[in-house]
Amino acid sequence: MKYDVAVVGAGVVGALIARALSRTDLHVVLLEKYNDVAMGTTKANSAIVHGGFDAANGTLKAKLNVRGTELMPQLCETLHVPYRNNGSLVLAFSEEEMQHVHALYERGLKNGVPRLSVLDKSAVLELEPHVSGEVVGALLSETAGIVCPYELTIAAAENAVENGVDFIRNCAVTAIEKAPDGFTLQTTCGAIEAAYIVNAAGIHSDDIARMIGDDSISLVARKGEYYLLDKAYGYLADHTIFQCPNKMGKGVLVTPTVDGNLLIGPSALDVDDKEDVDTTAKGLQFVVEKAKRSVPELNLRGAITSFAGLRAHPTTDDFIIGFSEKSDRFVNVAGIESPGLSAAPAIAEMVYEMLLEKTKASERVDFKPGRKAPVRFRNMTKAEREALIAKNKAYGRVICRCETITEGEILDAIHAPAGARDVDGIKRRTRAGMGRCQGGFCGSKVVEILSRELGVPMNEITKFGGNSKILFEKTK
Amino acid sequence: MLQYDLVVVGGGPAGMAAALQAHEDGVEKILVLERADTLGGILEQCIHTGFGLHYFGEELSGPEYAARFSEALYKTNIDVKVDTMVLDISADNVVTAVNNFDGLLTVKAAAVVLAMGCRERPRGALSIAGSRASGIMTAGTAQKYVNIDGYMPGKTVVILGSGDIGLIMARRMTLEGAKVKAVCELMPYSGGLTRNIVQCLEDFGIPLRLSCTVIQTHGKERLEGVTVANVDEHLQPIPGTEEYIPCDTLMLSVGLIPENELSKSAGVALDPVTNGLVVDEYRETSKKGVFACGNVLQVHDLVDYVTEESKLAGAGAAKFIRGEKPAGGTVTTVGENGVRYVVPQRINRATDKDVKLYFRVGRVLENVTLTVTCGEETLISRKKRKMTPGEMEYVTLKASVLEKLPEDAKLVVSTKEA
Ligand SMILES: Cc1cc2nc3c(=O)[nH]c(=O)nc-3n(C[C@H](O)[C@H](O)[C@H](O)COP(=O)(O)OP(=O)(O)OC[C@H]3O[C@@H](n4cnc5c(N)ncnc54)[C@H](O)[C@@H]3O)c2cc1C
Ligand SMILES: Cc1cc2nc3c(=O)[nH]c(=O)nc-3n(C[C@H](O)[C@H](O)[C@H](O)COP(=O)(O)OP(=O)(O)OC[C@H]3O[C@@H](n4cnc5c(N)ncnc54)[C@H](O)[C@@H]3O)c2cc1C
Repeated sequence: MKYDVAVVGAGVVGALIARALSRTDLHVVLLEKYNDVAMGTTKANSAIVHGGFDAANGTLKAKLNVRGTELMPQLCETLHVPYRNNGSLVLAFSEEEMQHVHALYERGLKNGVPRLSVLDKSAVLELEPHVSGEVVGALLSETAGIVCPYELTIAAAENAVENGVDFIRNCAVTAIEKAPDGFTLQTTCGAIEAAYIVNAAGIHSDDIARMIGDDSISLVARKGEYYLLDKAYGYLADHTIFQCPNKMGKGVLVTPTVDGNLLIGPSALDVDDKEDVDTTAKGLQFVVEKAKRSVPELNLRGAITSFAGLRAHPTTDDFIIGFSEKSDRFVNVAGIESPGLSAAPAIAEMVYEMLLEKTKASERVDFKPGRKAPVRFRNMTKAEREALIAKNKAYGRVICRCETITEGEILDAIHAPAGARDVDGIKRRTRAGMGRCQGGFCGSKVVEILSRELGVPMNEITKFGGNSKILFEKTK
Repeated sequence: MLQYDLVVVGGGPAGMAAALQAHEDGVEKILVLERADTLGGILEQCIHTGFGLHYFGEELSGPEYAARFSEALYKTNIDVKVDTMVLDISADNVVTAVNNFDGLLTVKAAAVVLAMGCRERPRGALSIAGSRASGIMTAGTAQKYVNIDGYMPGKTVVILGSGDIGLIMARRMTLEGAKVKAVCELMPYSGGLTRNIVQCLEDFGIPLRLSCTVIQTHGKERLEGVTVANVDEHLQPIPGTEEYIPCDTLMLSVGLIPENELSKSAGVALDPVTNGLVVDEYRETSKKGVFACGNVLQVHDLVDYVTEESKLAGAGAAKFIRGEKPAGGTVTTVGENGVRYVVPQRINRATDKDVKLYFRVGRVLENVTLTVTCGEETLISRKKRKMTPGEMEYVTLKASVLEKLPEDAKLVVSTKEA
């Protein structure tokens, strides 16, 4: 198969780029080494749409963050992705830290961040009554928000596929050969030809670049660990609450998620293994101790899960976006560490413009920007629920009781474009298994439904692809 | 909107016994709503025997025990809807449920019995560090895979927690050909029944490691092993005692939590110790006309006691519907000196029956004197050789004693070791 563009990596960056390119008449393929989209850093981060005051003036990070944050609300509305403009606070606990808050304010203004202000103690406590009384002031960023990063990626991939992009999962790029009009990509699912390559392989984007002899990129994997607390603790924070960096390190944040849970983290630890997303007792302990400085009432009894993600830290300290010095058909989108999620819509816009100019492709008239709104039974009114079940009985069967997820929603997740193929895929698309019992009740039912819908035995179903099978052979 | 005298939420042993008792006591319109596709609750997956020794005087399997009640129930005019999930109970007892044959269902009930059972504590609540590999599951989930779906969820197994489900699964997995390498228990004693430790572990040579926990899981895709360590008296891992055990499955049997999300929406008060509800001797909750029984009220280890308790709730609901149930309950009960909690928490002095006080101790006690006191007066005093947290205990208070207690009396159940 010969494509115009192969996008390598279906994280938030790759998926949004593929979607952006699907506005054109270019024939695009999105390649992902795992069994689903959003399996890399995109599924394990703070999920903050940053205001844009943090990055140094004049960097790509600063420019694309501010633009991405501006694009995010509309994009999420179009793609039906949960987003909330909750605003963020950077707390200061001393006069010294207050200096830092003022410096961030100045930097933010230079970066073009709108609606920034510096608050005094009483104003902070009025906004966030559960914040520590030790606070002396804070930076308020009103454009900051929270988003569901994997749902954004799922929606973008789904929409891209609806607009003609091919999505191939379990397809790891292992080597790239130069061909007369482009490249041949050797992958775990065969050879694929493409005139252009977009390298959006996250923490592995340096390895992908090296496949064409471009060794200009050097990434360090830096682990960040989190605790997720039950919705019952969501009341503890409304804004995203950051701390000032100090001698002790960067500080951790406390934030609500779009689903109403509370998230605390991350820790920061450089690691050698780019697949090492194990949580550690030390990291988690660090997170809790630090977070209590902001919100003393925090209590681990409410923890429902913990997880870790890897920052793809570039030694240059800025995003690396542009044609490779080794080939003008190869676009690097590398070193996309924080605020990469916030910037992703702007990164997609930038890569789209670069390739549009380069390829002279034309815009399609029949591009469908939105996706069908997913059914969310739990958020519906009585009348809406009645109408829904009348149309399709599967919405009358509740599978996940903690989150009230119906069989109909699970079927939708499987049969959607670029749909779910494993238990975690269902979980990310529907929230089945994400509640307080963490799949204790519905896990086996989800396995059953996947087995039935995909036409494979239950013991072939995996948690997240590969060898993550759940069941062995039949009992005696 | 449908109208019923009594709506029972949950069709496990608790819900079935409550419905049957209310029916026997003359309640006419009763509806049982059950989320699963059959009645029976958790018993349906407990194919081992050990049910009914107290209540029927014979040893039945879980499904057999459940069938005694479901068969009786289907012979009455009690309405049953399975595959029906209750979503909400409003302040004025309107029950909203959903299924795929009626769609959305609203039922106005004169009285409600809550019998939703409990759920297992998941891994996240423990914060074990490590990977997100497959092969980590609660013992109850594993039990469902083996006994209902007929698949092996693992071949080499470590079990964390020595709750009864974990013990039962240690034996079940062994019988199915798996190797159970160890059962690790954080506490210095097991939370399970002694008979299960003997019959499920000792008889199969499976080591029970007390004061031991899993500190890390390993493996990127399927679980490959766990690191266990001994813990000190503060339950903290002791450095230097770490041991790596290769295994493909980690089963968790680390506690059950009453399933009270619906109760909260109905505005019913919870007991912070049991995570269950606050009730009187007829198992009426803090809300008039709302009763509770079974694991939603307190986690039981014997289904026989569930049945007993649920019959009280059914009888209480019948009295309430007839307008004969005394309200309030002014005598309160508390546990002290090693007694973690007492159910019921409130008692009506003028009750018409003897009242059993159920309780659990917080640690293993030997040669104890158990007392129930009211002020200076000792109402009951009993010697016990051994009491363990894994076994629910009770003492019976005579109605004649209750009647003589002062208004607002406080009954204290406590223990003293010799
Ligand atoms: C701890 C932490 C917290 C963060 N918090 C925030 C935040 O609050 N706000 C914010 O804006 N940003 C945040 N970020 C940054 C943000 O998460 C990332 O910038 C963003 O997710 C990067 O997306 P990506 O698509 O580039 O990478 P990824 O999501 O890692 O996607 C790369 C994909 O490429 C695939 N791939 C790799 N190699 C191959 C191959 N050989 N063949 C095929 N496919 C391949 C991978 O499997 C993966 O799916 C945070 C990051 C971390 C680690
Ligand atoms: C694995 C296991 C092993 C055991 N082994 C033994 C043993 O060997 N011997 C012994 O005597 N006892 C044993 N027990 C204890 C005993 O069986 C339980 O205590 C008893 O089953 C509890 O009954 P229940 O009706 O309260 O709860 P359950 O049996 O859990 O029933 C609750 C029911 O309510 C339903 N429900 C919940 N929420 C809703 C809703 N919103 N809408 C509709 N329906 C709902 C559930 O689907 C379920 O069917 C064991 C328990 C377990 C869990």
